Amino acid sequence: MKTNDVILQTIASVAAFIILAFAAYLFFAGHHEPGGGFIGGLVIASALVLLYIAFDMETVEKGIPVDYKILTGIGIGLSLLTGVGAMVLGYPFLSHTYEYVDFPFFGEIELATSLLFEAGVSLAVVGAILTIILSISEDV
Amino acid sequence: MEILMSVLAGVLFMAGTYLVLAKSLIRIVLGTAVLGHGALLLLLTMGGLKTGAPPILGIESTAYTDPLPQALILTAIVINFGVLGFFLVLAYRSYQELGTDDMEQLRGTEDE
Amino acid sequence: MNNLVILPIVIPLLAGVALIFFRKQIRVQRYVTTLSLLLLAVVTMVLIQQVSDAGTQTLNLGGWDPPFGIVLVADMFALLLMLATVIVAFCCVLYGFRTIGEAREKHYLYPFIHFLLVGVMGSFLTGDLFNLFVFFEVMLLASYILVSLGGTKDQLRESLKYVLINIVSSMFFLVAIGYLYAITGTLNFADLSMRIAETGQDGLITTVAIFLLLVFAIKAALLMYFWLPGAYVVPPMAISAMFAALLTKVGIYAIFRTFTLIFYHEPAVTHQLIAWLGILTMIFGAIGAVAYWDVRKILAYNVVIAVGFIFAGLAVFTEVALAGSIYYLMHDMVVKALLFLLGGVMIGLTGTDQLRKMSGMIRNHAALGWMFFLAALALAGIPPLSGFIGKLLILQGAIGEGFYILAAVGLVTSLMVLYSVMKIFMNGFWGENQLSVEDERMSTRGLLFPCAILATITVGLGLGVEWVNVYALQAAEVLNNPQLYIEAVLPNAD
Repeated sequence: MKTNDVILQTIASVAAFIILAFAAYLFFAGHHEPGGGFIGGLVIASALVLLYIAFDMETVEKGIPVDYKILTGIGIGLSLLTGVGAMVLGYPFLSHTYEYVDFPFFGEIELATSLLFEAGVSLAVVGAILTIILSISEDV
Repeated sequence: MEILMSVLAGVLFMAGTYLVLAKSLIRIVLGTAVLGHGALLLLLTMGGLKTGAPPILGIESTAYTDPLPQALILTAIVINFGVLGFFLVLAYRSYQELGTDDMEQLRGTEDE
Repeated sequence: MNNLVILPIVIPLLAGVALIFFRKQIRVQRYVTTLSLLLLAVVTMVLIQQVSDAGTQTLNLGGWDPPFGIVLVADMFALLLMLATVIVAFCCVLYGFRTIGEAREKHYLYPFIHFLLVGVMGSFLTGDLFNLFVFFEVMLLASYILVSLGGTKDQLRESLKYVLINIVSSMFFLVAIGYLYAITGTLNFADLSMRIAETGQDGLITTVAIFLLLVFAIKAALLMYFWLPGAYVVPPMAISAMFAALLTKVGIYAIFRTFTLIFYHEPAVTHQLIAWLGILTMIFGAIGAVAYWDVRKILAYNVVIAVGFIFAGLAVFTEVALAGSIYYLMHDMVVKALLFLLGGVMIGLTGTDQLRKMSGMIRNHAALGWMFFLAALALAGIPPLSGFIGKLLILQGAIGEGFYILAAVGLVTSLMVLYSVMKIFMNGFWGENQLSVEDERMSTRGLLFPCAILATITVGLGLGVEWVNVYALQAAEVLNNPQLYIEAVLPNAD
């Protein structure tokens, strides 16, 4: 069956970027306000799933040649290593710290090691969700 | 509000139990999802519904809502999601492989 | 604070994640698996020595103090079970290298074995109820995948039931956690224990305790064992052996932990109930073990009997009986894995699991036969093998405290156990040899080595009882005195 999805494809290709921008906002907002790596990852995943729905799988895979299982592994590994890092320095596992750094142009910005942890979480979430959804939808 | 939520959790448990006891595999899978929601709602209600401001840095208030049940529920939702995803795929694969979704026909092996 | 406590969780998790990247390189996967398990064993032994010298070790994750933060607690009871876990997992994996087959190995078998270990280790180490739920789920998810990995018809059919039962029981677990949090306002084991000791264990808390007992009983196969024979029969034998040795033991650990540390105020209700559940479990398990003529089924029902017997020690609830239970738990993990692996070799050689179709294997496989005989004797509790001391301590406690029915059922079912495994031995190894070397379906090369390790440990546990008993008694001491646990976790509590 051939469907006419011009509208969906046109909107999806624009909307995906807006959703990704929102995901980035949520991800960075999470340090002090509602948001964070988990929810940011979910939103990124939703943008990608929208692309998968609008275009067929081959097209998206050409554009985003990522093995999501590997992505999950990288995410979990990154989160875990931030915990191990604290351990190597002699603090309890998963201890985090932060520092205010003066950047030229941007001014003073708070840098936290929990950002790395959250980045790992969001990568793992994106990878896991897309693995699940793609493996369900692959052979239907 | 607590009473309403408890009744709702009860209704979800009822529907979930009904679905889990069905013969069709997909109903069972959906039943576990509904049961999961019932359990989470109960957990939320038991932890105390909104009793104050959100416990976030920078919000001044005399009372804050207990964040622990919410953290528990978020974790439980993620776990339920993962399990549900796996169960769906498993049900689908078994339907393909065994050729039936009727639990009556999925009893033990023939040589028993 | 002791960062070593997190290592039993981090090592398998890191190894499992790393192995995702080496999906196709099976040799790499095998080397990394062996290495990480050896490392795990070393870490556990170091921890045991530390705990033996300096008492229970704890770690507050991220530096957040309990009862608000997440705390990991390594006491002797948990560590002894962890050591047994690592040894069993190591032997099962060695056995699996030869038997599981490349198709499964390429589909993330080893990562999931590691994740299973993460769940098991985490369940042993965690110091609060909710993380117990989380680690249970990690373990169960990995076990769902290991049961169904390979996707044969039997596996899919049994894994559906296994998954469903565990999902429902996990929901009950969540509900019980919700109720307990509503009543006490905390989920930390030590804090719960303190608060319930202060306010007294009223009817409501006892009800929640029984609800939790139901949840853990499903996972531990205490009376609610109906899922066990099916799910333990379908996967490859190396994985079955790991399940038989590990999965139910985690449920047993959870019941021991909660009912010695938190809900110990109403033994007339809860521990009496556990006694009856144990008695019924032993009886039904024994009936199953005697009735079947199928090697896998007999062994699976033997797992059930052992569960019932271990709970006899908790029901009696004296320090000696608890030490007996701990000792018996370790023995049971080792010897069950051994029996499953040996049974796997028998099935692999003959190509059938029906006892009536095999006989006389001792002619060509003497080592296999005598190891099976040894394991059978150990399982039945013949001195000086490892089952004897555990049984003796539990039965001493039971008779001393007036649990005569429990003791009688324990003794009678021991005989049934002996009968059921001897049935395998007599039919499989004695009699006329029907199987020539050429007809065998596989070679035993490399398979007897992991079995020999386990057999040595069985004998060692029995002969080195003086040495092991020191540790078992330390573990029982903490179980019997909740105050020791509370002081280790909450040093500032008055």
